[in-house]
Amino acid sequence: MTLRMQISKKVEQLAPSGIRAFFDLVLGMKDVISLGVGEPDFVTPWPIREKAIYSLEKGYTSYTSNKGMPELRRQITHFLKHHHHLDYDPEEEILITVGVSEGLDLAVRAILNPGDKVLIPEPCYVSYGPVVELAGGEAVYLKTDVSNGFKLTAKQIDQAARKGVKALMINYPANPTGTSYCKAELQEIAKVVLKHDLLVLSDEIYDELTYDFEHTALPSLPGMKNHVIYLNGFSKAYAMTGFRLGYACGPEKIISAMTKIHQYTMLCASITAQIAAQEALKTGFKDVQIMKREYARRRRFIVEGLNSIGLACHNPEGAFYVFPSITNTGQKSLDFAKNLLQKKKVALVPGVAFGKSLDGHVRISYASSYENLKEALSRMAGFLGR
Amino acid sequence: MNEILEVLANDARLSPQEIAKLTGKKVAEVEREIKKYEKDGTIVKYKAVINQDMIREDKQLVRALIEVGITPQKDVGFDAIAERIYSFPEVASCYLVSGAYDLLVVVEGDSLQTVANFIASKLAPLEAVQRTTTHFLLKKYKEDGQVFKKNQQGKRLNISY
Repeated sequence: MTLRMQISKKVEQLAPSGIRAFFDLVLGMKDVISLGVGEPDFVTPWPIREKAIYSLEKGYTSYTSNKGMPELRRQITHFLKHHHHLDYDPEEEILITVGVSEGLDLAVRAILNPGDKVLIPEPCYVSYGPVVELAGGEAVYLKTDVSNGFKLTAKQIDQAARKGVKALMINYPANPTGTSYCKAELQEIAKVVLKHDLLVLSDEIYDELTYDFEHTALPSLPGMKNHVIYLNGFSKAYAMTGFRLGYACGPEKIISAMTKIHQYTMLCASITAQIAAQEALKTGFKDVQIMKREYARRRRFIVEGLNSIGLACHNPEGAFYVFPSITNTGQKSLDFAKNLLQKKKVALVPGVAFGKSLDGHVRISYASSYENLKEALSRMAGFLGR
Repeated sequence: MNEILEVLANDARLSPQEIAKLTGKKVAEVEREIKKYEKDGTIVKYKAVINQDMIREDKQLVRALIEVGITPQKDVGFDAIAERIYSFPEVASCYLVSGAYDLLVVVEGDSLQTVANFIASKLAPLEAVQRTTTHFLLKKYKEDGQVFKKNQQGKRLNISY
């Protein structure tokens, strides 16, 4: 048996990544200014880190309940009630996961039968398609483009759903575009979801980083609670990416099914992270607001800066990404990224990583200091001959 | 805090043009507001924060915190005596505090001797000063929110989804 034959067909067929080699190139290079990072440039606020250290000193090193520590579940549901008008039972309707990534994987595995179709916006976070395919489902991509700010429309979902679809994945504010939806837009989407009796996997990990309006949680809309698996976590708002802590909320039946998979495959999220998260909910909100204000300023700066050097860039509503067009350079996104890296030592992520139709874009993360953004923009201007 | 002040408090070198870009305000508006703050004393001055420990000179600055007990004066309370004290150039900071003493005075000098002399000859003999307790500073870890440690490298991977 050759090594190749030992790998499952499904895994073998997962889109290989030309991007991987580019990532290795970036990681192997020194003195790079990186606008390619998908996590906050802030360190986890000290009170949260200190709590984690304290828990280790006190010997909290065991497993926890599969669903997650009861106190953490209570705190999260309480927070959701007061911040997002969501009403979840801490015993039956929430599961603590290892980041939203695990939550998403559990959700698709819990709901999909072989061949079930899942609607996914394009561009989207890189794992959406693969987790659906690994779970035996079929990913159906709904293309969005800059003409309407990379937003899915109710009409688009309505048309696609007529062909028999089980679920819809949505992420707002979104990685890689920063796009988000206001309440009125979500209400339109909710109508179609209810009309076609769809399940929505709503990844709202960037919710706290919404700049132009209040974030509306999808399950808070009338009639939507039973149609949404709500996914969120601590990584982006509290700068806790490495803690790997998220949660999934939804109808009891689905959460229970997800918990079944979770208990066999993951057992539980790390106790250190769960204790740290409790502290985040107790004391971290002020830090979230400070970080949010800083991101909002950088967003203004980078959007204007990119447009002024000739990379057309829409003004996204949230997260810490912008997704400018590079079509006027005549280069494909991977080539553009490689050239920029080699000539000017600025790293960013080629748009093609987020969907085949996005080869005319690059993702720029402004989770980087103002000084870095300024220097990177000036290097890019040089690269473009402006 | 007003956003212009928030931004300037973090980096006083930002130009009105840059601040306008960051805050979404018009340049003229930013200039007008800064001028107003300078005029009404909200913005006192612009200066660099220097880590004295990094300066390799023969004489390093010696700093002492002095707790000063005061007899307040009729009508003017602590203000008059505070002014007499903080007007000495050796006094870097001066605060009125609650608790076991009244004024917390930070004194700077280029040697232990200079600081000690200042206390013995200038501060302690003042009529309203009842007593002083002096603490020489050994190391500055953090001041006004700034940690005095060389830049730490970021620990993130340079690229990730």
